[in-house]
Amino acid sequence: MSAELLLQASGLGKRFGAVVAAADINVGVAAGERVSLIGSNGAGKTTFVNMITGYLKPDEGEIRFDGRDVTALSPRDITHLGVARSFQIPQLCAELTVLDNVLVAMACHARRLSAWQPARRADALARADAVLERFGLGSQRARRVAELPGGVRKLLDIAMAMTGTPRLLLLDEPTSGVSAEEKFPMMETIMTALGQAPIGVLFVEHDMDIVMRYATRVVAFAGGRVIGDGDPAAVLGADEVRHHVTGHLQ
Amino acid sequence: MAVVVNVSPAPDAGTRAKDAGRSRLLLGGLGAFALLAVAGWFGPRWLTFLVTMAAANGLVSLGIVCLMRGGVVPFGQGMVFAVGGYAAALIYNKLGFTDALGLALAGGALAVAVAAPFAPLLARYRGIFFAMLTLALSMVTYGLLMKMDALGGSDGFNMSRPTLLGQALPDAHAGYVLYLVTLGIATLMAVLARIYFDSTRGLITLAVRENELRVEYLGGSARRAMMLNFLIAAFCGGLGGALAVMSLGHIDPNFSFWTTSGEFVFVAILAGWQSVAAVFLSSVALEVVRSFSSAYFPNSWQLALGLFLLFVIRFLPRGIGSLWMKRDRT
Amino acid sequence: MNTIVTILVDGLTYASWLFIVALGLTLVFGVLKILNIAHGSFYAVGAYAAASFTAWGASLKWAPALSLVMLLLAAVAVALVLAPLTERGLLRYFYGRDEVLLVLVTYALFLIMEDLTKLIWGPLPYYVSEPYGLFGNVEMGVQSWVGYDFALVALALLVGVVVWWGLNRTRQGKIVLAVIHSAEVASSMGVNVSRVYMLAFSVGIFLAALGGAFTAPMISVQPGLSVGVIIVSFAVVIIGGLGSIEGAAIGALIVGLARSFAVHVVPVAELFSIYVVMAVVLMFRPEGLFQRTQARKI
Repeated sequence: MSAELLLQASGLGKRFGAVVAAADINVGVAAGERVSLIGSNGAGKTTFVNMITGYLKPDEGEIRFDGRDVTALSPRDITHLGVARSFQIPQLCAELTVLDNVLVAMACHARRLSAWQPARRADALARADAVLERFGLGSQRARRVAELPGGVRKLLDIAMAMTGTPRLLLLDEPTSGVSAEEKFPMMETIMTALGQAPIGVLFVEHDMDIVMRYATRVVAFAGGRVIGDGDPAAVLGADEVRHHVTGHLQ
Repeated sequence: MAVVVNVSPAPDAGTRAKDAGRSRLLLGGLGAFALLAVAGWFGPRWLTFLVTMAAANGLVSLGIVCLMRGGVVPFGQGMVFAVGGYAAALIYNKLGFTDALGLALAGGALAVAVAAPFAPLLARYRGIFFAMLTLALSMVTYGLLMKMDALGGSDGFNMSRPTLLGQALPDAHAGYVLYLVTLGIATLMAVLARIYFDSTRGLITLAVRENELRVEYLGGSARRAMMLNFLIAAFCGGLGGALAVMSLGHIDPNFSFWTTSGEFVFVAILAGWQSVAAVFLSSVALEVVRSFSSAYFPNSWQLALGLFLLFVIRFLPRGIGSLWMKRDRT
Repeated sequence: MNTIVTILVDGLTYASWLFIVALGLTLVFGVLKILNIAHGSFYAVGAYAAASFTAWGASLKWAPALSLVMLLLAAVAVALVLAPLTERGLLRYFYGRDEVLLVLVTYALFLIMEDLTKLIWGPLPYYVSEPYGLFGNVEMGVQSWVGYDFALVALALLVGVVVWWGLNRTRQGKIVLAVIHSAEVASSMGVNVSRVYMLAFSVGIFLAALGGAFTAPMISVQPGLSVGVIIVSFAVVIIGGLGSIEGAAIGALIVGLARSFAVHVVPVAELFSIYVVMAVVLMFRPEGLFQRTQARKI
C-alpha cells in the first residue's frame, strides 16, 4: 500500500438547514482498493460522493486527491485531475447514439478541442469502439440511447465515466434499477473492464451480496456519520451497522 | 479555441475517408454555387433579388441554428443583424470604403465585437431567460438607433452601390454581382457550418443541449461551448446584416425590432438544426411568401406563416431538415 | 414641481393599463407556465371589440355613460369566445412541452391573430371617442387632466384588489395557488388541473382584453397595437418576476414611471429606458424583484 493515499477526506461536514447530511467524515482510499459505501437512504452516501466530485462544497473539512487539496474545485476541474463518476439515474445524451455518447465523453476529457476535425474520424471511432467492446456494448453502437433498456443505459453511463482513464472512480448505485439476474453479470463486466489498473473505486451499493462479492473494504454511513470502516465481513457483522443498515436478520 | 488542421505525412484509410467526405462537401458547395450562379444569370431580376435577400437573412438564421444545437433559442438576433448593417452602411458613407467583401467582413466583425461583452453572461442562461435577455438587448439597440439622429433616427439612411475588388458595378449587372457575392459568402458559411457541426466542438454542443450536467462531469465546459456558439451566431448575423443593407441600399432601426428577430427564429425552427441547406431553403420559402403576399394576400400571409409554424412544431419538431436527414445524422 | 406632477400622473396612467395587461400575462405564466407572445394580440382584439361594441351601443342610442358598460362587455365577450378556443383548440396539445417551445407556439398564434384582426376589422384605424369625455377634466394647479385617466387608475386598483382577493381569500383561488406551486402535486391531491388551466387562461385573456378595451378611448385602434404592447408587458413581468402579482404591480409602476420620466426629462431615453431596466434585471436578478420561478442559470 502506497504511502500517499489516492483520496483523503478529512473532517467533512455538510448541513442543509437543520439537516445534518455529513458530520466528521474521515475516509481514505488507496489505489487498487474497491470500497463499497453502504447505508440506508439519507445516510449521507450520496452527499459524500457529491462532495468528493465537487458538486457540493463541504461546510468544513478538506478533500485531498493525490495529496492535492481539491475541496473547492469544480466538477470539471476535479474530473481533469482523474476523478470520474457514474450516476444512479444514468445521465446520458438521449437523442444521440451510444457511439456518439462515448465520443462526447472522449471529447470532454480532451483539453484541446477542434472546430475543424470531424468528431467521427477514424482514430476517434477506433478508440470509442474499443471502449464499447470492453463493456460489451459494441452491438448497440448505432442505437439511440432513448430507445435502450435501463441496464444498457446504466452500463453506458459507467463506460462513459471510464473513458477518460480515471484514477478514482465513483459509481453511484451501479446495479440499481437493474434486474436481479443482470446484476452480477453487469458487475463482472465492470470489474473486468477495470482490469489490473491501479484505480481506486468507490461504489455505493444496497445489495449486500454484491458488496460481499466485490468490495475489498466497506464504509458504512448512518445519519451523516461513518459508523464502520474496514473488512467487509467485519463491518457488515458489527452490531451498529446491522442496526442502522443491514438489519438484524443478516 | 484550437483549430487543428489535419496534416499527416502518410494518409491512412481513415484520413482518406474523412478527406473524401470533406471533398464531397466542398464539391457540393461549389456545385450548388455554380448552379445558382447560372440560374441567376438567366433568371428574372426580381427573383435574383429575392434569393439574395433570402441568403442574407438565411445567414442570421444559420447563427440561430448554431445556438439551437446547444439548446437555446435567441429572440434578439436583430441586434447583430442591425449592427452588421449599420456598420457596413456607416463605413461606406463615412469612411468611403466601398468594397462589398470588405464591408461584409466588417459587418460580421463589428457584430462580434458588440456581442462579445455579453457572451460570458449569456452563455450561462438557458430557456426563457436566455430568450428574454437577448430580446431585451435587441430592443435596447432598437431604442438607441431610433433616437440617434446622427444615424438617421427612425428613418435610417441610404447606402449607394458598393464596389467589388476595386471595380465599380455596372448598372445592368449590379444586382447580379451582389447576388453572386451574397450567395458566395452564404455557400462558404454553409460549408464551414457543416464542418463545424460535424466537428468535435459541434458534437459537444449537441451534448450540452442533451445533458449539460453530464458534460461538466465529463470535464467539458458547457459555458465555453455556448460562448463560442454565441459569437459564431453574432458573426453570421452581422454578415447577413451587411449583405442585406448592400442589396437593399437602405437601413433603419427596424433591423433590430423584435418582429425581425422573430422572423429569423421562424426560419430556424422551420429548418431544424440538422441540415444546413434546410436553413437557406426555409429562408427562400419565407421570402417567397412575403414577396407574393403584398400583391395577392396582404392580410393573410402572416396567418399562413403562423399556421405553418404550428404544423411544423407539432408534426415536424426537428424541422424540415428531418425530412431528408437520418435520425442519427446530426 | 409641475413637471414632477406631470411625470407622476402620466406614469401612473401608463402603469395602470399596463398593470392590468401584465397581470394577465404573469397569471397565465404562473399557472400554465406559458409565456404568451400573443397576449398583446388579445389586448388588440379587446380594443377592436370595444370599438365595435361602443359603435353598436351608439347605434342603439344608448346613453354615453353606458359606453363604459360596452367596454366591459367587449372584454368579457373576447374572453368568453377566444379563451376556450385558444386553450382547448391549440394550447392543450402542447402542455408539458419545453417552455421555449410554447413561446414559439404563442408566436405562431400572434402571427395568426395579427391577420385575423385585419381580416375582421380591416386595416383602417378606429376611434372609440364616447367614453373618453365621460369624466370631464380635472384641474390640478395650472395643469388640466382628463378625468378618464384617473378612472383608469381606479380601475387598475380595483382589478388588483379583486384578483388578489380572489387568489388569496377564496377557496377556488387557493386551488389556483396550489397549481401555481406545483400542478403535479395538486393533481395528485384531486385538483382538476385542466379546469384550473382553463380558468386561469380565461382570466388572463380577460385582463388583456380589459386593458385593451379601456385603453381604446385613449388611442387609435389600428393594426400593430399588439406588437408594442407585448414587448412592454414582457419587460414588466420580467422586472417584477414571472408569476407574481405584486411583481406585476411594481413592474408596471417602474416601467410607467421610467417611461414617463424619459419622455418628459430625457427624451432620448424614451424608447430604450424600459428595456435597459429589463436587461439589467435579467443580468443581476433574473428571477425578478418578487421571485416565484427559478432562473435557469448554470
